[in-house]
Amino acid sequence: MARAVTNQRKMINTAAAWTVGLLIFFPILWTILTSFKSEAQAIADPPIFLFFDWTTENYSTVMERSNYGRFLWNSIFIAGGSTILGIIIAVPAAWSMAFVPSKRTKDILLWMLSTKMLPAVGVLYPIYLLFIQFGLLDNVYGLTFVLMLINLPIIVWMLYTYFREIPGEILEAARMDGATLKSEILYVLTPMAIPGIASTLLLNFILAWNEAFWTLNLTAAKAAPLTAFIASYSSPEGLFYAKLSAASTMAIAPILILGWFSQKQLVRGLTFGAVK
Amino acid sequence: MYQRTALSAVGALALTAGAALAQSTLTIATVNNGDMIRMQGYTDKFTEETGIAVEWVTLEENVLRSRVTTDITTKGGQFDIMTIGMYETPIWGANGWLVPLDDLSDEYDAADILPAMAGGLSHDGTLYAAPFYGESSMIMYRTDLMEKAGMEMPDAPTWEFVREAAAAMTDRDADINGICLRGKAGWGEGGAFITAMSNSFGARWFDMDWNAQFDTEAWANTLTFFKGMMDESGPAGYATNGFNENLSLFNQGKCGMWIDATVAASFVTGGDSTVADSVGFALAPDTGLGKRSNWLWAWALAVPAGTQQEAEAKQFIEWATSKDYIELVAENEGWANVPPGARTSLYENPEYQKVPFAQKTLDSILSADPTNSTVEESPYVGIQFAAIPEFAGIATEVSQEFSAAYAGQQTVEEALEKAQAITNEAMEAAGYR
Repeated sequence: MARAVTNQRKMINTAAAWTVGLLIFFPILWTILTSFKSEAQAIADPPIFLFFDWTTENYSTVMERSNYGRFLWNSIFIAGGSTILGIIIAVPAAWSMAFVPSKRTKDILLWMLSTKMLPAVGVLYPIYLLFIQFGLLDNVYGLTFVLMLINLPIIVWMLYTYFREIPGEILEAARMDGATLKSEILYVLTPMAIPGIASTLLLNFILAWNEAFWTLNLTAAKAAPLTAFIASYSSPEGLFYAKLSAASTMAIAPILILGWFSQKQLVRGLTFGAVK
Repeated sequence: MYQRTALSAVGALALTAGAALAQSTLTIATVNNGDMIRMQGYTDKFTEETGIAVEWVTLEENVLRSRVTTDITTKGGQFDIMTIGMYETPIWGANGWLVPLDDLSDEYDAADILPAMAGGLSHDGTLYAAPFYGESSMIMYRTDLMEKAGMEMPDAPTWEFVREAAAAMTDRDADINGICLRGKAGWGEGGAFITAMSNSFGARWFDMDWNAQFDTEAWANTLTFFKGMMDESGPAGYATNGFNENLSLFNQGKCGMWIDATVAASFVTGGDSTVADSVGFALAPDTGLGKRSNWLWAWALAVPAGTQQEAEAKQFIEWATSKDYIELVAENEGWANVPPGARTSLYENPEYQKVPFAQKTLDSILSADPTNSTVEESPYVGIQFAAIPEFAGIATEVSQEFSAAYAGQQTVEEALEKAQAITNEAMEAAGYR
């Protein structure tokens, strides 16, 4: 009897999980479906779900109109570069906070996080002027640097949380065996924190990939990533929903595929340390 | 020997100059609409003719507005040409942020630009942006439904007629709404419509001392009429409908009438429309007070002050807004697809006169006067906006209050009271009062 109840509960849980999953995924599915419709079918009322004349014309139009490859490369460079740069800076920072804390460590962590609470538009003009001064406007290096700074508090926080789960005695043992600080971080701490570092990398890559405020405001033609590519298909005067959906699908496809293949790692990393 | 050296030097210089010319690249910020996208398709011809390459930065209208404003106010120099509208041009021109377009070539024929457009894109008589296309607003209506309702649309109807016709055309069972209008919040969406409509009801945004005028009877009449008519004959959820939502409804045969941008005429008679064969056009309505409810707008190309490529930028503007460009589009895609509303000569062209909406578009544009848009005297230029820098922010907030009233979240009186307070407060803070 107890077993039957357990099975029933499992089925309910599974059904609930699928329902929530499908609800969350539905906007993406709808975008993908719309990208294969004509503009007239895209706005049909009642909406057409599956039974329409599938066409790849929107993709052809988008490819013809835009240099997708350049947008994609800029996205990869900016998201990848800012994440790697952030990790390089955050690992020693998180190490010191996790293993050599001072009485101000908690305050510093909170202060770092509080910088995320500032509305981005509040610092747009100062950063814009600095970018003009240093010739960094519409430059992938400048944007990589800014996105690294923006995501750095989250990277440090995440790594700090993972490092705190690692027993300090292991690092002490390494020190007693003569490991230098560099060796301790590189060869002892990092291999043990790989799941945490991997999930931090993935999450920050996704955050940087999706970042739209700075990528739209600090770029023009050369350094614009996929967020600008999507924005170029949005129009308040003219029905371009099918083309906009095709552009959106092309922009999210790489990150969707990356997320799909790394979901286990992502979930493992995100729940690492959550339950003792 | 000397001759040979001199010739070689001249040759080298010519080659260098040619290479430099071929290497120059213009960066142009623009909006995503049919005419602008079409222009991007023809850019290769400009490059072939001049050796000047063009890089496009296409953005959604509001993103573009904020993006180019940031760049021009900080002298960022990201763009050599910006696509801006009638609202920004006189303000930016007055601030010295734009290069005057007062030295365009004789072949360009600047005098051919429609006077209403040239006036709206100038400051103190100097043209600061060349119109790529212009628009007013007019009624687009279903001739079959009008006939079924036993009514006939006059060339220049009143609001009372429109309301009556909308009620007669409405058939809720068949999902047909008598009238579709913009109710969406945003100064360029529902805000633009209601401001243009208010002109025909004798309302204005400000008196001559820059005091808000939302506490007047004219504004109460405007909003009460709009809400009453839309509640009777408009689509469900009209408070969130903008241009695209109404275009979609009209094209699917769900609107009897739609009053909106003249540029929509080519969409409702185009391939994506299910009612393309039964669309008629009429001037935007009035109430007999001497002002109609149509607006005036142009998307225009301007050169930001400080660009390193002023000459090349002007060369492109001359090409893109020329008579030859219009003919190029007509030759390849037909006269119905040329950028409308910018040049007088287009409307004198017998071929273009055959386009069903051409004459009504011209009549609408000609009847709009941005320098004298209100029944009572007002201190501002503009029809669906007041050309002052503070307007966009104030009108966005005010239109949010109006949309809340349309949605039934507050009464018309409450919305107008709030609009009055918002506007006076902002104008006081800005030093107008």
